[in-house]
Amino acid sequence: MSNAGTAQTVPDTGAQDPAGDRGIDPITLAILAGRMEQIADEMDATLFRSAFNPIIAEAHDASHGIYHPQTGETMVQGKNGLPIFVGVMAFAVKAVIDKAAEQGGPKDGDVWIFNDAHIGGTHLSDMRLVRPYFRNGELFCWLASVGHWHDVGGAVPGNYNPAATEVFQEAVVLPPVKFVSEGELRTDILDIILRNTRLPQSAEGDVNGQLGALDLGIKRMDALLDEYGGATVTGALAALSARAETLMRKEVDALPDGRWEAEDFLDNDGITDAPLPIRVALEIRGDRLSLDFTGSAPQVAGPINIALPTSIACVYVAIKHIFPALPANAGVMRPIDITVPEHSLLSAEFPAPTGGYTETILRMIDVIFSAASQAAPDRVVANAYGTINALSIAGRKSNGQRWVMFSFYGGGHGGTPEGNGLNHGSAPISMATIPPVEILEAAYPVAFRQWALREGSAGPGMHRGGLGAVYEIEVLEENGAEAFFFGERGKFPPKGVNGGGDAAVNRFDYEQDDGWHQPPMTSKMRGITLRQGQKVRLQSPGGGGYGPAADRPAPEVARDVALGYLSAEQADQQYGTAWRKNA
Amino acid sequence: MSLGSIIGVDVGGTFTDVFSLDLTTGETGVAKVPTTRPDQSGGFLDGIRAAQPDMGHIRSLVHGTTAGTNALLERKGAMTGVITTTGFRDVLEMRRRDRPRTWGLRGDFLPVVPRDLRMEVPERVLSDGTVEQAVDLDAVRAAAAALRDKGCEAVVVLFVNAYANPANEQAAVAALREVWPNPHVAGSSEILPEIREFERFSTTALNGYLQPEVAGYLARLETALKGGGFGGEFMIVQSNGGVMSVETACQRPVRTALSGPSAGVIAAGYIAETAGYANLITGDMGGTSFDVSMIVDGETVVSPQTSIDFGMVVRTPMIEIATIGAGGGSIASVDAGGLLTIGPESAGSNPGPVAYGRGNTRPTVTDANIVLGRIDATRPLGKGLGTLDLEAAKAAIDEHVAKPLGLGVMEAAEAIVRVANSRMAGAIRLVSIERGHDPAKFAYMPFGGGGALHTGAMIDEVGIGRALIPRFPGVTSAMGCVIADMRQDFVQTLNATLDGLDLEALTGFMQQHHDDGQAVLDGAGSEFAARETRFELDMAYVGQTHTVSVPIPVTVGNGTVTAPTREAVRSAFETAYHGLYGRLLKSGVRVLNLRSTVIGTRPKFDLSRLAPPADATEEAAARGTRPVFVRGAWQEARVLARLDLPVGARVEGPAVLEQPDATIFVEPWLVAIVDPYGNVLIERKEGQA
Repeated sequence: MSNAGTAQTVPDTGAQDPAGDRGIDPITLAILAGRMEQIADEMDATLFRSAFNPIIAEAHDASHGIYHPQTGETMVQGKNGLPIFVGVMAFAVKAVIDKAAEQGGPKDGDVWIFNDAHIGGTHLSDMRLVRPYFRNGELFCWLASVGHWHDVGGAVPGNYNPAATEVFQEAVVLPPVKFVSEGELRTDILDIILRNTRLPQSAEGDVNGQLGALDLGIKRMDALLDEYGGATVTGALAALSARAETLMRKEVDALPDGRWEAEDFLDNDGITDAPLPIRVALEIRGDRLSLDFTGSAPQVAGPINIALPTSIACVYVAIKHIFPALPANAGVMRPIDITVPEHSLLSAEFPAPTGGYTETILRMIDVIFSAASQAAPDRVVANAYGTINALSIAGRKSNGQRWVMFSFYGGGHGGTPEGNGLNHGSAPISMATIPPVEILEAAYPVAFRQWALREGSAGPGMHRGGLGAVYEIEVLEENGAEAFFFGERGKFPPKGVNGGGDAAVNRFDYEQDDGWHQPPMTSKMRGITLRQGQKVRLQSPGGGGYGPAADRPAPEVARDVALGYLSAEQADQQYGTAWRKNA
Repeated sequence: MSLGSIIGVDVGGTFTDVFSLDLTTGETGVAKVPTTRPDQSGGFLDGIRAAQPDMGHIRSLVHGTTAGTNALLERKGAMTGVITTTGFRDVLEMRRRDRPRTWGLRGDFLPVVPRDLRMEVPERVLSDGTVEQAVDLDAVRAAAAALRDKGCEAVVVLFVNAYANPANEQAAVAALREVWPNPHVAGSSEILPEIREFERFSTTALNGYLQPEVAGYLARLETALKGGGFGGEFMIVQSNGGVMSVETACQRPVRTALSGPSAGVIAAGYIAETAGYANLITGDMGGTSFDVSMIVDGETVVSPQTSIDFGMVVRTPMIEIATIGAGGGSIASVDAGGLLTIGPESAGSNPGPVAYGRGNTRPTVTDANIVLGRIDATRPLGKGLGTLDLEAAKAAIDEHVAKPLGLGVMEAAEAIVRVANSRMAGAIRLVSIERGHDPAKFAYMPFGGGGALHTGAMIDEVGIGRALIPRFPGVTSAMGCVIADMRQDFVQTLNATLDGLDLEALTGFMQQHHDDGQAVLDGAGSEFAARETRFELDMAYVGQTHTVSVPIPVTVGNGTVTAPTREAVRSAFETAYHGLYGRLLKSGVRVLNLRSTVIGTRPKFDLSRLAPPADATEEAAARGTRPVFVRGAWQEARVLARLDLPVGARVEGPAVLEQPDATIFVEPWLVAIVDPYGNVLIERKEGQA
């Protein structure tokens, strides 16, 4: 479905491969499904183990998969890759397919590399390597590897620049270029990449790890095809895609027909302090589901724009959270129509900055959950904390050595149909863990004065949200430090669903000689100068509540008060005073 | 004169297994009795009596236990209090900001110590070991009083950066020991002096949580054993595959978290090495899961930590065991998209497969094996099952798998087994390949009652050369108890560049670990064939986060550790790094942790004692034939009593080898050979690719 003046999005081949799933017995199919997922899993494992960069090695901010030879559609994706990449890589592969066609078609042993977010989605930190796989001289499929590099140049170490108004201020931009030509690494390209990063050793480690993962994928594909033959595997891939589509249709068909709307807001773009709406209308008709984001804010100057591929990938993440049993391939998206207004925040055009894409897609997921909860109250959880909270504190030691402590911080998950939300969880788009305090203190001249749950931050409900956290960090370095903060949810709290209440908003405070301050943009600020002994304090949101607070049993409210999850006064306000009989 | 006997007891979820060895006669015995719940000591004593009625005859008793694991999984540990640094009350609850599953955003987490039992006290140590603020001992005593009033049985002290300088923590622990009414007091730097506060706090808190439970259980056992006339040594298997004294187990119960499974891997390694295979992959097929482990060049693969459940991290060396949810009780189903899947839902052992007739109506992997004739419905494993209901199993497969897929019931049963095999093969492939090993260079050893039914598939699918089935696959863990060495692991975080490493301090830690380990061996009241101390450093290039384990060659003469030189450490690192990654880098080198292991080697028994008697014959072992369904057709398979087969017997497939605790299926293209130790070796027939 494509409306006038809007962008139609899903790269839907419509027809399945001619081989179809005819002739594939169900046993072979079940076995091949596992074998191919394992190839992607092994590619993940190879990169995690060999990367230098902790964002890949520890936080697993990477992904691998197998893609359709002509369309680039995702056919198989690893289990352990970052959720947001599952949807976005089809666009990266399609971009390479188009580029390769201009260059006379792919050849065996070619690898393309790029990070251009306007073509491949997400942001410039994510470097994508795409390689064709040939069988008996024919293009059989594509393999791809994406990983979040530690630094790709630009104005700010780590590439989260809250003041960027063009991609050029975020990082070096690499369009799809042939990096390996028929097995021959183009060292001139590598030289350009390594000259444009603050951390060349880390970048070289990552690129070698990604090339190694692709090599392994080729080896495993060879073994699989030797064993089963190309026709069988092609047939299985088509059949798995068709089955995913069938599963999705059945899930949608089981939901009532209707149209439900939801809206929420981003605080601002970091440049102008004005709220930015994100709106969705979710419509179900039979076994088709449509999501229309018309009414969302236009493209903005600051770095919270996202490119169209990112929007589509984000829908995929939201859908997978609502239907977690669905397989990870493009078939799932066929029954879904997505409408994204042109020139909007959700389909920004080059060279609009996209470094803070995480904030925008988290809000998209929130509105999709809020809309879907009306259609399927027993399937959908309340909003999670909704901001990645990228905080970096940096400076120079007396010996001149540069240091940068960069991390994302956690918050509460939404209440669920089954129970309370998780305290201090990871963002819905990521499975990354947070480094331990002791590792951070050993590496950087800081001391954490608080690393705790944030009392009173959960959204009330029959099943309350999870709690956010309080992180208070003191600078120990005698030369002081500078802080950069990129967050959201400073003005608009994570919402409850099905009558559940909202959580507490995000709050960032920093200490100066004249006392504590909050950023003028509430949730974004660069270049905060801190002296030795001065602190910053980040208080992250909890999750929204599920179901009416009045339905929460009094003994559970009393227990929450006894544990200090909220104060007695807050409990009275949120739940009434009935719990006091159980106190 | 009688040398007495040595007995291994493994208490599992369903059965308590016992393996006994008479040191005078060399006779071995096995027994399998039901596990008793909630107190496992009943079944424990029944099992011992079944194997060795005269407890006074037992010289050595070694126990693999799931008491600790169960207490963790069922959250049945003691009410435990935490005393921690101001600002860090919630570390246990915040974890490392993870979540239970990638998709769905479902699931909550309750730490074993709830928030109202976690008290903060003023104190602070910085990462370089500086005491910024001395601990307020009055606050510690006040917190202890409050925790006692709330009913805590155990208390742990969790101070941030205590790995770098334990002074504050030690002072708090000493003050607590003066006022706490029982021995269940510990500090995180005693349990695990290693950087990373969540992992250290979690391990320490879980240890405290288990202490009263495990100490009580072991005390009950000891009392009952002594009442029965037992006067020998009593030891407990640790997760690292070594044994420890009961005294150590009471102080460090968290080390028993994977006690049972690790004993099985130890036995498997010893059996395989004796039979001539130093590289082994083990596969333990239980009711709900399939556990895979590896032995490389005769050494078990040990991992530094595991999660018992979401957020319940135990960081103490454990035999690495990878688990997938595909066991005999795993349920086969066809999803809405028409794909056949096995598990993760399981009927477990109760109600168990459909054929058990205990109320489950959805088909399991075991049901498929019964329908295919690979398990004899008239002669099930395990006591008290009676005859299995073959027709019910068939009907369930027909309804839930055959009809939705448009297959016949036999084809559907075979499909279930093939998909389950494929999942098990996948687990093996992933475990071996992830570590850079080619599975073709390994032998495969199945254990557990059902594992030997699926051996052929591992040879076919993974390309493993041969499978080795031990004499008593159903009691492998109990046998491992008898074989395991005494082993103590120590860790100390150093976190320095190699150039800045204080070698004197390093040597001091090595000496202390060596001395502590020797003291434990001395105090065990056991005889050791040999003693060994090993040292490893966790090292990496500056900037890397994944460290490499680097064995450090250190001499210990007359009980004194000789310091390694800086160059020797560098060279050892470069050898280890090059071995793993095939290249060296120009960066600086960092030393994160010292890990020391002190091993007391216990005398091994001669496995040829398990060999079949010299007068055994293949004819006497023959039990006729029965039809089995393989690759789309019924074939008549020979049935033989496995334990009655002579050394050197060659049984060509299709065949079924039966024994009380397991069934072995030999596919038509395979051959089974009995080796001099009574193991069954399964290989491809000549000319069978």
